[in-house]
Parts: sequence; C-alpha cells; structure tokens
Amino acid sequence: MAKLTIDGVEVEVADGTTILNAARQIGGELVPPAMCYYSSLKETGGKCRVCLVKVAQGSGKDPRPMPKLVASCRTPVADGMVVQNLTSPEVLEARKGVVEFLLLNHPLDCPICDQAGECDLQNLAYEHGASTTRYEEDRRTFEKIDIGDKIKLHMTRCILCYRCTFVADQLTNNRVHGVLGRGDKSEISTYIQKAVDNDFSGNMIDVCPVGALTDKTFRFKSRVWFTKPMDAHRSCTKCSGKVVLWMKGDDVLRVSARKDQYGEVKEYICNECRFDHKSVGDWTVEGPRHIDRHSVISQNHYEKIDLQKLKKEVERQLEFQKGKPLPESNPLLNS
Amino acid sequence: MGKKLLLEHINEPGIETFDVYRKKGGYASVEKALKTMTPDAVTEEVKRSGLRGRGGAGFPSGMKWSFIDKKSDKPRYLVCNADESEPGTFKDRYLMERLPHLLIEGMITSSFALGAKTSYIYIRGEYMYIVRILERAIDEAYANGFLGKNILGTDYSLDLYVHPGAGAYICGEETALLESLEGKRGNPRLKPPFPAIAGLYASPTVVNNVETIAAVVPIINMSGDEYAKIGVGKSTGTKLISASGHINKPGVYEIELGLPVEEFIFSEEYCGGVWKDRRLKAVVAGGSSVPILPTELILTTAKGEPRLMTYESLSDGGFATGTMLGSGGFIVMDETTDIVKNLYTFARFYHHESCGQCSPCREGTGWMEKILHRLHHGHGKKEDIDVLVDVAKKIEGNTICPLGDAAAWPVASAVRHFRKEFEAAAVEELLV
Ligand SMILES: Cc1cc2nc3c(=O)[nH]c(=O)nc-3n(C[C@H](O)[C@H](O)[C@H](O)COP(=O)(O)O)c2cc1C
Ligand code: SF4
Ligand code: FES
Repeated sequence: MAKLTIDGVEVEVADGTTILNAARQIGGELVPPAMCYYSSLKETGGKCRVCLVKVAQGSGKDPRPMPKLVASCRTPVADGMVVQNLTSPEVLEARKGVVEFLLLNHPLDCPICDQAGECDLQNLAYEHGASTTRYEEDRRTFEKIDIGDKIKLHMTRCILCYRCTFVADQLTNNRVHGVLGRGDKSEISTYIQKAVDNDFSGNMIDVCPVGALTDKTFRFKSRVWFTKPMDAHRSCTKCSGKVVLWMKGDDVLRVSARKDQYGEVKEYICNECRFDHKSVGDWTVEGPRHIDRHSVISQNHYEKIDLQKLKKEVERQLEFQKGKPLPESNPLLNS
Repeated sequence: MGKKLLLEHINEPGIETFDVYRKKGGYASVEKALKTMTPDAVTEEVKRSGLRGRGGAGFPSGMKWSFIDKKSDKPRYLVCNADESEPGTFKDRYLMERLPHLLIEGMITSSFALGAKTSYIYIRGEYMYIVRILERAIDEAYANGFLGKNILGTDYSLDLYVHPGAGAYICGEETALLESLEGKRGNPRLKPPFPAIAGLYASPTVVNNVETIAAVVPIINMSGDEYAKIGVGKSTGTKLISASGHINKPGVYEIELGLPVEEFIFSEEYCGGVWKDRRLKAVVAGGSSVPILPTELILTTAKGEPRLMTYESLSDGGFATGTMLGSGGFIVMDETTDIVKNLYTFARFYHHESCGQCSPCREGTGWMEKILHRLHHGHGKKEDIDVLVDVAKKIEGNTICPLGDAAAWPVASAVRHFRKEFEAAAVEELLV
C-alpha cells in the first residue's frame, strides 16, 4: 500500500496504482480529466497529455520533485508522494495548452455532430478551454469512411486517442485496424477500408471520446438530449446484455454500453445487442439511467428534480444579476 | 594538432577492409577485453573514462551500462543507434562509411561487457549503401573469427545484425527505435520502464550512438584513466563534430573536448573561418534541436569567458544565454542568413517528423510551421510572434518524448536572440 496526497487530500492505495486512479478513489473535482486513458483497455493512456499533473515530491524516501509534469494516467504512485493537480498553476496552464491543441484541428462542428451533448472533448473544452481561438489556419479534413455497415469513421473529428485501435486489438482476435501515417497526418484506418466485422466491433463507438466513430443506425436520428437513457438488460449468450436504451417515446433510437462517471465502459456489449434489438419488447427495462446534472442530457429533466433547490438557485442567480456578490455557493453543486 | 582517437587512420587506403584495419592495430580491444578482462572490468574502464553519450543527451555511458538488469533471466541486447537524422549531423555516416570495422570492433567489446549475445545496428533507411558496407565488414569479421561462436577461442559468442529503418527521424529516439526494430510502428514508448530494464523484446537493452560505441575501442586500448586525461572536467575524450554552413571548410572533425569555439570556427585546422570574408552571425552548435546563439554568445559566455567545446561550457547560462553540445552538429550562419527562414525550415522538419502520438507535439509543430510560413512569406502579424513563443512553451516538457522539446527550443531561442528580425518580417497591419 502507498499513502500519498493529491491537492492536499490524503489517500491510501495499492502499490502500482496510477496517480489518476488514486485520484478517482478520492473522487470529485480534483480528478484529472482523461481523454485517451481507458481503464479496461491495456496500454491506453499517456498520449493526449490532458491528465498531466505535478509531482511535487516523488516519494517519502526520495522527496525530490519530478522534473517535468507527468501523465497521471500512466505514472504509478509511490509512498509519500505529493501530487498537485488543481493546486498547481503550472498544471492548469499546461492543460489549457493541451485543450487548445486538441481543438486546433477539430472541426468544431458540434451543431451537426451526433456526439454533441455526450462528447468528452466538448465537456473538456467547456471546463478548461478558451472561448476564442488563436488558430487562423485551415484545419485538416478527411473523407468519411464506413467501417463495416454499422460504423462511420469521421476522421476529421478524431483526436488520435488510439482507444479504438486497442478495442480492435484486445476485444477481438483479429487485428484489422490501426494508425496510418505520421504526425498530424496520422489517421485511424482499416488500411484498404476493410470492414471490421466481428461481434464486438461496436464498442469502438463507445470508447471514442468524440464524434469520430458513430453508430450508423443512430446518425442524425436525434440530439442525445432529446432522448431518455434507460438502463435495460436482456439475456445474451455473447455478452452481459446490460445496456442503455436511448429512447424517444416508445422508440429505441440507440443501444449503447453503460458508462461510469468517467465515461468508461466496464462491461462491453456485443453487436447483436447494440444493433439488432431496437424494440423495447426485447429488453427488460430497469429504469432511468442516472445522468450527471452537469450534462446537457439532463436538461431533459427526465429524472425527478428538486424544485426547492432549483428555486433557490434561480434566486441566487437573480441576486447576482443585480450586481450583488453571490450569497452562497451553488446548492445544486453541493448536493 | 589535437589527438585523433577515432579518425586516426581514416585516410588510409583500404581501411574499410578487415586486413588493412587489422594491420593498423584494429580489433586489439576485442583481444584485450575477451582474453584478459572480465565484462565488469570493461564496464569499469568505460566508467573511468568519463565517456558521455555522443547521440545528443550526453548521459554517462558507463553508468548507463551499469543500469542494465543483470538479474533478469531474459537475454540482454546492445543496440547501436545509427539512425542519425538530426539536421546538421553527419558524423556517424562518415565513420561507418570509412571505418566500418571500428564500429564493429566497438560493438563486440561493448556487447561482451554487457553480456549481450545478439546485437543490432539500427541504421536509417537513407543510408542503404552503408548497410552494404557494414554487412561486407561483418562478413569479414565472421570469417576472421571475431563474430559468431567462440570468438578468438574464448567461450564468448556474438551475432551482429544490421537493420535498416524506413526513414524516420523519430526512430532515432531510443524507444521508437526499439519498436521499429521489433517490426512495429516507430512510436516512442512511455517511460518508465527504461530500456535497461525492458527494452528490445521487453529484455534488458542498452542503446548507444555509433560514436559512443566506437569510442569504447580507444578507451579499452589506452585505459579509461588515460582517456579521461583528454578534455576538460566532465567532458572527456574526443568528439566528432559535423561542421556545416557558411564556413570555408565544412566536414567532420575530431576535436579534443575543451577546444575554444572561436578556434574551431576560425582556425585553418578546422572550419577555416566564415566563407566569403563575411561576418559570423549565429551558430547552432549541437544539431538543429539545440538553441541557436548569436556571435557574441557563442564565442564567449554571458560572463565573458571564452566558450569551449564542452558539454558544460556550451550549456553555461542555461537556455537564456547558452545552448548544448548535443550531437555535435555545428551549423554556422553568416551575416546574410535569414533567421526567420532558417527557423521556418527547422519547424517544417519537426512538423514532418512528429510521430503524432501526443497532442502537444502533433498539433503544436504544425501550428508553429504555419505561423513561421506566414512570417517568412511576409504576411505574418506582430502578435504572431508571441503566439509562436507561447505554442513552443506549451509543447516543451509536456510531451512523451524529447522531439517536442527539440521542436520548441529552436523557436524559443531564435525569437529570444533575434526578435527584431521576426518583428521586421511581420507586417504592421493587414490591408484587406
Ligand atoms: C527525436 C529524437 C531523435 C534522436 N535521434 C538520434 C539519432 O539519430 N542518433 C542517436 O544516436 N541518438 C538519437 N537520439 C537520442 C537517443 O534517444 C538516445 O539518447 C541515444 O541513442 C543514446 O545513445 P548515447 O547514450 O550513446 O548518446 C534521438 C533522440 C530523439 C528524442
Ligand atoms: S513528442 Fe512528438 S514525436 Fe515524441 S511521442 Fe509525442 S508526438 Fe511523437
Ligand atoms: S489520459 Fe493521460 S495522457 Fe491521455
């Protein structure tokens, strides 16, 4: 076991745990964002650099700070380590830079992108990005590619997190999918546009943090925040059968795997559950899926809302509009 | 005349053949090491010599060798980094072209020290003709009992292979090199683990530059202590310098570390002064990745001391007023040089060579190139200069491998020392 502090909060974790996972054990605001790391896929992480943190003290034995910021998703903890995330201006500055880099060649076509509303990049940019761009040049573009008949690859939106290539590598036994080219000309590819056709290929869609890989059976059907996510299951011989149904009225518009609060799938689902069972009758519906209130999806208020709290927040905002300082912190955020 | 430890016999006719090389005293270090020394004693000599990596980072070689995991039950490997792709650097080419047996001799002696039974020379694809030179020399070494089973009748055996890359600067980064050698895409690995623990095929591995490995030969022949007497302080021995640019005598020079920079540039023995009777404007002293310095800072340090060709003297003053010895790619620029254009050329290179794994380098190198393209072509704005510097700052230190730093340092230093030129290149206001 190793004891360390992250932004002053103490936590004790098993040896070999990464700083990011130690932070997740604490939870809350001090958890660094992650765009390429994916805990259930081996070897992911280290690439996007958005999870950079400062190690102010390497360990109890060797208290020297690490010379550079480190990727928290791939750096193991040490006993006596002191980590700074939100408490380090250097980290926040570097992260702002990384967000800018990630957005540099991103088309910002959220208004026509199916991922809008459940996009990790959108959320990240909202929290850490600037509202204007300093980039005046052309952005890179690619032709859209079909990866089989159910998945669309829109490389223009890709941030090269490499997650999908690990899905192709690790969830299936045939590797038919990787990265071609170098630098900002790299692209996710199946080489000669070979179809990726195995039972678990659809999980690529779920691990993609942006709208580069989308479900062709759902494309342009609806904005996600007009759908109601419902937890549901069926008995399936290939996978756990535990899914989320994205419903509009009684129609199932999309089926996806369940993601945790960090946007990660823990139980992958098969293509049959994902693509071939689009009627509610096929499923045992468990109830509405809890969606974080910060998410635009929760705008839909499909979960019961605390009207008392909402009223308080409106009053607080009104006071603020009148030029008075905010009387107290947002009660909704504290709940 | 400075001592020549590596290039002494380079102009000897036929030195690329085994027979002539052997007549000139070649392979003596192998005989000495294998017959009279233990592997650890060889490593000890290298430690005592103070030899530092000649590939760019200058890490003490003996120390690097002693990190190799000897407890592991996996085979150990020595890999020679002959990917030489840093703009301005061409010393390894010269050495391998003319003295292939010197590298092979160094590989055998070093492999013995590390306990490697299989070793590789990873060479850049553009050096295909050198692959043939090396392979011919390796065949000769096998035929003469210096490679293969039971070398010189001892119980040490070694196989040596040459592996050409496909032409990528990034494959010179040691972990990208190992990926490429394994047959994979040449993306740098995340460290730790370092190659000494898990390198080639996840086995303990040492990666060394061509010149580093060649230097082991004179070290074993003359002893580490004798080698350490050459040079100044922690910069011991001789170093190959690739001199290029606006000088009268470009070429590869073997210098004793500690030579004053001024003497290197202006003496007849080395560069022979700036060409066409022009004045010196700037020098990139260690390959395109290191900070550029203007005349007054390359000839003397900020404290006014003469700048020497050593790791310490060149980096005196940090990046504010100093630079690095790097790989020894010494690029001299005369007064007519357009610094903006030069930087644009470098930026284009790094953009082209970024592997694209990590976002600051993938996106930032392209952005810097585009801004410099604009400035160079006369439609950049004043504000672009600050954006440029800020982009470089956001890349530096935040990437997986040092290519990001290598792309950022030239930018930061060029603007630091030649800001006026960037301002002159920028237009006041864009007319629309
Ligand atoms: C982008 C990049 C390119 C590099 N290219 C080379 C190269 O061409 N040759 C070389 O010897 N080292 C190169 N290096 C340094 C190697 O990673 C490594 O440090 C070196 O081979 C170690 O050998 P040494 O200790 O003998 O110098 C490069 C490093 C980076 C980051
Ligand atoms: S710094 Fe550049 S070259 Fe190095 S891993 Fe990152 S993208 Fe690749
Ligand atoms: S999440 Fe750690 S580098 Fe991408």
